[in-house]
Amino acid sequence: MKTNLLIIGAGISGVSIAYNLAKKGYKDIHVVDKGYFTSGATGRCGAGVRQQWATETNCLLAKKSIEFFEKAEEILEYDGDLEFKQEGYLMLATTKEEHDQFTKNVKLQNKLGIPSKQLTKEEALKIVPHLNPDAFMSATFCQTDGHLNPFKMTEAYYLAAKRLGVTFSFFEEVKAIVVENRKITKVVTTKQTYETSQVVNAAGGYSHEIGKLAGVDIPVYAENHEILVTEPIEKMQGPMVMSFSKNIYCQQVPHGAFIMGRSNPNVEKNHDIESTWHFLDEMSKTVCEILPIVGELRVIRQWGGSYNMSPDRQPIFGKTDQLEGFYMACGFSGHGFMLAPITGILLSEIIMGEETSFNMEELSIDRFKGQTEFKIEKSVV
Amino acid sequence: MNKKDIIICRCEDISLQKIHDFLDQGFTTFEDMKRLLRVGMGPCQANTCGHLIQREIAKYLGKNVEDIPVHKVRPTAMGVPLRSIAKGQKDEN
Repeated sequence: MKTNLLIIGAGISGVSIAYNLAKKGYKDIHVVDKGYFTSGATGRCGAGVRQQWATETNCLLAKKSIEFFEKAEEILEYDGDLEFKQEGYLMLATTKEEHDQFTKNVKLQNKLGIPSKQLTKEEALKIVPHLNPDAFMSATFCQTDGHLNPFKMTEAYYLAAKRLGVTFSFFEEVKAIVVENRKITKVVTTKQTYETSQVVNAAGGYSHEIGKLAGVDIPVYAENHEILVTEPIEKMQGPMVMSFSKNIYCQQVPHGAFIMGRSNPNVEKNHDIESTWHFLDEMSKTVCEILPIVGELRVIRQWGGSYNMSPDRQPIFGKTDQLEGFYMACGFSGHGFMLAPITGILLSEIIMGEETSFNMEELSIDRFKGQTEFKIEKSVV
Repeated sequence: MNKKDIIICRCEDISLQKIHDFLDQGFTTFEDMKRLLRVGMGPCQANTCGHLIQREIAKYLGKNVEDIPVHKVRPTAMGVPLRSIAKGQKDEN
């Protein structure tokens, strides 16, 4: 089969890129995915969307994305409910050091037009009264941060892209990318061979392996991040509660369940996505300390998913001088869902040869050339 | 009986009609339907709807029921209060 452009990965990044390109009139796009619909990181994520970051680039990427989410149902003409809520992220500071860092973060965020603010303990308790007052010092809050249903959001992009002529295939795995004279000629999958000269790597946890197939070295790796969900109950918590130092994010989704996760500092670099009892133990202890009443809820399911980690915890977007026609949208380091709108916009600009709406210097793979030390985004769980 | 009145998933109130609508849209695995309809995500963790939906998929695709994959079974086996888990550890230490 001949195709102008083959996108590898039908997760949120792949569908957003496909939609944005098709909307601009780009023809003949095919998207291939190795599993079922949202089987990768997208369908496994915590589904929070926030703008409270510590680097300017992450702040701006997130802000643009939230602006899209606010109008997504309308723009994508989606019949369903995306379950978008903007009841904020409440970030807890537990040490003086963290408090001072948050003061700097809020200053940066406000300068960029993000309406975050620093709160005293008493102010934070007014927003989430069931917080343990002894577990934190102060907080920051941004009302326009929030949550969306990741399955529905992906479906909305998917259906809109299909209406614009994009084709999709699932349960089809890419096995080889054929390169001749430094140009892509073919992509071979478990089902067929595509004649194409342009490929987008939106393979999430498997981005490094897809790069390898094309002979492109991408400095990313996968690691398992676990998460759990409780039985649904009536609404009692508006914002996502998050703490970097206590290692927790926890929110009640519109459906009523509480979703919470934390990272494992000793996690290995691999594609494992299984659940562990260690996580269940640590998560239970942490949530009982920070949000004691939530400890009364029954956990009904736990699962894992891959973060695709980049050296500076910021995404890698665009082309590479290693191979013509090879584009990347990877290395999201756990934040691919919330950045998907801008991912689609930027990649479509790059592929169409338009002027990009962001300075690509901090986002291109070239930023890692000859570097061993990086300015790392620390606001990550 | 009207397919709208036959409840397949009791946790999320999903009718047989809904299951058939999604099969018609091309979502022919339990994992697809789970993500879009929340079947199997409730407190019973697909113990009620799992086999019923497996049978509907088999009928729709004209396959044997044993050839239709069941959903991925995830812990916990039953609902457990988070506090019991946190407390259980303390008792062990």
